[in-house]
Amino acid sequence: MTSESNVKWIGKNTIRPDGADKVTGRAAYAADATMPGMIWGKILRSPHPHARIRSIDTSKAEALPGVKAVMTSADFVEFPVDTPVPIGIQDMRWMSRNIMARDKVLFAGHPVAAVAATTEKIAEQALELIEVDYEVLPWVIDVEEAMKPDAPILHDHIRFEGKPSNIAGKLEHTLGDVEAGFAQADVVIERSFRTEPVHQGYIEPHACLVSVSDGKATVWSSSQGQFMVRGMCAHMTGLPQNDIRAIPAEIGGGFGGKTIVYLEPVALVLAMKSGRPVKMQMTREEVFRATGPTSGSVSKVKIGATKDGKIVAAEGTWWLQAGALPGAPIRGPVGCGFAPYDIPNVHTLGFDVVCNRSKVAAYRAPGSPIGAYAVECVMDEVAEALGIDPLELRLRNAAKEGTKAAYGPVFPRIGYEETVRAAMEHPHYRAPLGPNQGRGVASGYWFNAGGESSAQVNINEDGSVVVITGHPDIGGSRASTANITAELLGIDYRKVSVLIGDTSVIGFSNLTGGSRVTYASAMAVTESTREVINTLKARAAKIWGIDPEAVIWENGEARPAGENAGNFEPLTLAEIAAKANSTGGPIGAGKQLNAVGAEGGFGTHICDVEVDRELGIARVVRYTAFQDVGRAIHPAYVEGQIQGGAAQGIGWALNEEYIYDKNGKLDNASFLDYRMPVCSDLPMIEAVIIEVPNPKHPQGVRGVGEVPIVPPLAAVANAIYNALGIRFYSLPMSPPKILAALEQTERLAAE
Amino acid sequence: MAKMHVSTTINGEPTEFLCDATDTLLDALRGPLGLTGSKEGCATGDCGACSVTVDGRLTCSCLMLAAEAEGREIGTIEGLSQGGKLHPLQQKFLEMAALQCGICTPGFLVASKALLDRNLEPTETEVRYWLAGNLCRCTGYDKIVHAVLETAAEMRGASR
Amino acid sequence: MTETQYLAPHSLDEAVSALLAANGTGRILAGGTDLLVQMQAGIVKPGLIVNIKKIPEMTSIEETPDGGFRIGAAVAGAVVGEHERLGKAWPGVVEAINLIGSTQVQGRASAGGNLCNASPAADSVPALVAAGAVATIHGPNGRRTVPVEEVPAGPGRTNLAPGEILVSFTLPPRPPHSSDAYLRMIPRTEMDIAVVGCGVSLTLENGKCTAARVGLGAVAPTVLLVKDAADALIGSKLEDDALEAAAEACRAACRPIDDKRGTIAYRTKVAGVLLKRAAAIAADRAGRA
Repeated sequence: MTSESNVKWIGKNTIRPDGADKVTGRAAYAADATMPGMIWGKILRSPHPHARIRSIDTSKAEALPGVKAVMTSADFVEFPVDTPVPIGIQDMRWMSRNIMARDKVLFAGHPVAAVAATTEKIAEQALELIEVDYEVLPWVIDVEEAMKPDAPILHDHIRFEGKPSNIAGKLEHTLGDVEAGFAQADVVIERSFRTEPVHQGYIEPHACLVSVSDGKATVWSSSQGQFMVRGMCAHMTGLPQNDIRAIPAEIGGGFGGKTIVYLEPVALVLAMKSGRPVKMQMTREEVFRATGPTSGSVSKVKIGATKDGKIVAAEGTWWLQAGALPGAPIRGPVGCGFAPYDIPNVHTLGFDVVCNRSKVAAYRAPGSPIGAYAVECVMDEVAEALGIDPLELRLRNAAKEGTKAAYGPVFPRIGYEETVRAAMEHPHYRAPLGPNQGRGVASGYWFNAGGESSAQVNINEDGSVVVITGHPDIGGSRASTANITAELLGIDYRKVSVLIGDTSVIGFSNLTGGSRVTYASAMAVTESTREVINTLKARAAKIWGIDPEAVIWENGEARPAGENAGNFEPLTLAEIAAKANSTGGPIGAGKQLNAVGAEGGFGTHICDVEVDRELGIARVVRYTAFQDVGRAIHPAYVEGQIQGGAAQGIGWALNEEYIYDKNGKLDNASFLDYRMPVCSDLPMIEAVIIEVPNPKHPQGVRGVGEVPIVPPLAAVANAIYNALGIRFYSLPMSPPKILAALEQTERLAAE
Repeated sequence: MAKMHVSTTINGEPTEFLCDATDTLLDALRGPLGLTGSKEGCATGDCGACSVTVDGRLTCSCLMLAAEAEGREIGTIEGLSQGGKLHPLQQKFLEMAALQCGICTPGFLVASKALLDRNLEPTETEVRYWLAGNLCRCTGYDKIVHAVLETAAEMRGASR
Repeated sequence: MTETQYLAPHSLDEAVSALLAANGTGRILAGGTDLLVQMQAGIVKPGLIVNIKKIPEMTSIEETPDGGFRIGAAVAGAVVGEHERLGKAWPGVVEAINLIGSTQVQGRASAGGNLCNASPAADSVPALVAAGAVATIHGPNGRRTVPVEEVPAGPGRTNLAPGEILVSFTLPPRPPHSSDAYLRMIPRTEMDIAVVGCGVSLTLENGKCTAARVGLGAVAPTVLLVKDAADALIGSKLEDDALEAAAEACRAACRPIDDKRGTIAYRTKVAGVLLKRAAAIAADRAGRA
């Protein structure tokens, strides 16, 4: 086995295998694909946030020259609302209704029909010829409004406590006895919070190209999982999975938003009906109106602590907007909110609330930032009330090995404490602040995920290696796979090519999501590579005529060991590969597994802001993020995940939000008015990697990508409080909100 | 209606193409010209993924009509590496992991090159404001800014 | 479906005739950074697009014999920003034009387009109004000149007659100790539409303000020339009282709306803040001791 002393590639910032293609513009994303005879698909979307579809007349559109196919939900398999059809964490009842309305439109932008035509312009013209007769219904978007007794009901089949309701589900965790816990507390703080929906904001709009020939479909698309695409297409069209080949194009960002389909099944139906390859590509406006975002929320969090800074009870309730169909990420806040802390009495509760807004999609640690925002702001107030440093309070209550989390597990060795200690010891935490500046801290947790992964490792005739995995590479995972394979084999990483296989090439592999790829894929790759090494040893033994058990693999070579040691010259991988055919045939191995033991990840962030008191503008001027990553296989891409997650969290805290007009239509469906951070908005973001190896993983890996978006919302809010002495209980903390609060404070002071 | 005929120069190569009056340069690049390195992230000039140079001046190809390319010199991401050798910016982006998903990368590279062509000694602030029209959602910009600053320093060293 | 025509004439008269012939369906293409976005959104479907960038008068910057400047309406912001003497005389106008959009947009967008798009939030307009810039307009009946503040008629509408084309802006000669400044409030540091924009141009004599103009954007249907604010500055040494009086005049002039970019209360308050800050910068540039 590899020992720490001769580690060559794990922990090295190697150049990613797909890098050259991406810096030269050659990398093929879904929208870059074309085919002979290709036609264009476009979607007709509802102008109303809520309406019954009385009828759809597509005859005029069908008659337009150049139109090759028109479809509606009648062309999809119908899934009755009373029978769940799970695929992964999704339910096809809702997924199919989300991508093509059935009976009712549930948000402005909801697809009602689609057209394929020889040009985009003709397709657009055809959409205008489709006549939809709507019975417009009252609508509701706000989560609190949606729960009122007289709120318009979106779904007749949803009942809560026996009555028609927009509350589609509930999740609850209980540990100990919170009432008894609060009774012991010297300080109890309870606050209510509100967040707005925010979009994942990937730069690449959804796109796909689908070709059907002789009943066999090929789907090129940008997604976080080609097997998910295949599965959902099969469900919605009734095609068997072997008749669908889903090819993962390069993906231009997803952050969870591409773990489901929007276009692929539509394009597939259009391709089946027209007999032509169909390409579909969303506009940015469509992306904002009809994909993502994550939930807006209201919440209430209560924390009780004793004078000596021991948290004795905690309670949190979160109401999350699911959008048009059930599926808000209530598991996030309810499970993760208090997870960084060892608290004896905990009660958490979450509600999944439907409303007339686009259905939520996963967004980086779904729901957990909403949970941490509330919890970590209240933690800041508890620390202040107790007169304890906020990081010290976190340290005194830190979850550690053996801590029982309210959502169930008992933590194994985890690195939360280490992140807090590292933050306390970092120069940032003691650096002087300038005028109008403030500093805030917050922590965060994400479950991380394991799940199904497949890998194939093949030794080429010249001793180089091809590794095939089944996970779309969204942020550099091919580089970490190359590092691991090169490390295990003891060869130069440049001898390793890593490819993402399509659904007909590699075995089932679950989504690129849940921070699972480097974790789970590395396990499958490691097991495959170990089997390859066993084969290589066996081949060397055969060449030498000794027992395979008497061969060791070291530094890319087979060496005789034991009593044979020194009797034969070592055989390199290339030498064994050259003789593969005479020693038993090609060398390679594939493994498929369901990875368990992902174990959660923790982070602690320090944020400095500077506020322009006259304009109400808060800017982040320094930011440091500390995270236990288990083991950094490719440190630069680990840092990149942390920096990118922090930046998204900062955007969520300060400026990003879905804004609706009085007609229930999204009013800021563009990058101009949906204000994600631009380059000049941010400082350098220092990522401090902490490595407490995951005992359940061969390389010690923990998921990395999601944790960093969890702490920033509260870190920024706490920093603004530190700068201004004003607490904000709703996001975003945009300039009008900050200025209004400053003016109110001045008014109160004057009175 | 008959298509318009446009004669232009792309990455130093004389090029002709046909387009409609309302086609953008991005439409022409990605369509008839097959230069799909320029990406469409918004089609409204807000993301910079389609950045090109026109007579050396940085612009969004989605905000320019294809017909306006007549007689101009267009530079795209495909022209950044020369003779199979990566531009120092491309090399540095790879070495410093200044890309994740890569969809914004061509735009950042074209924009960064336009900056370094004018100013080989940019400050961090100058880099950040110059690149403010290029959205990246993956990296938090940190490694991109570092890579541009580092490339500038190396190119200054090499030119001495 | 009527197809769009494209024309790139070399003379103004040719452009004017083509526009007239297009019967109201013609659109002028300068930088195109607004027009193409509107076409993309389907808001505008021109029958004719007239690219006026081949008309030399519209794409050049000249110094006038009296010491002023004439800026072609279609000169790209980046080109304006590279003109050293213009930048020295009118730093506020130049910084305002350079705030229109990103670096990429600066490669194309022009002050003429910014004015004719007639957004109340146009960045260059408050600075041009403060500068006392005069627009030269060429039309079927020849040429006329109007102050910049009289060009916009309301959001998305101008006072240009059919067939008329905005040709250039003329900036007057500068007395000594004069300068200008433009500031805008946006939530981010770049890439946003101004929530409020404020341009201030002034002249000092021995520290005393002898002339001033104030332009205010995004607080009314059109960019405002705020005479009361200028009057509050004139005669003062820009002491706190005078600045507060000018700020109050700006706030009083505001007739803003609540929208996704800002609230009425916020815009009103910010208008005063920006006035004070812009006046201070302009005064420093004018050589205030």
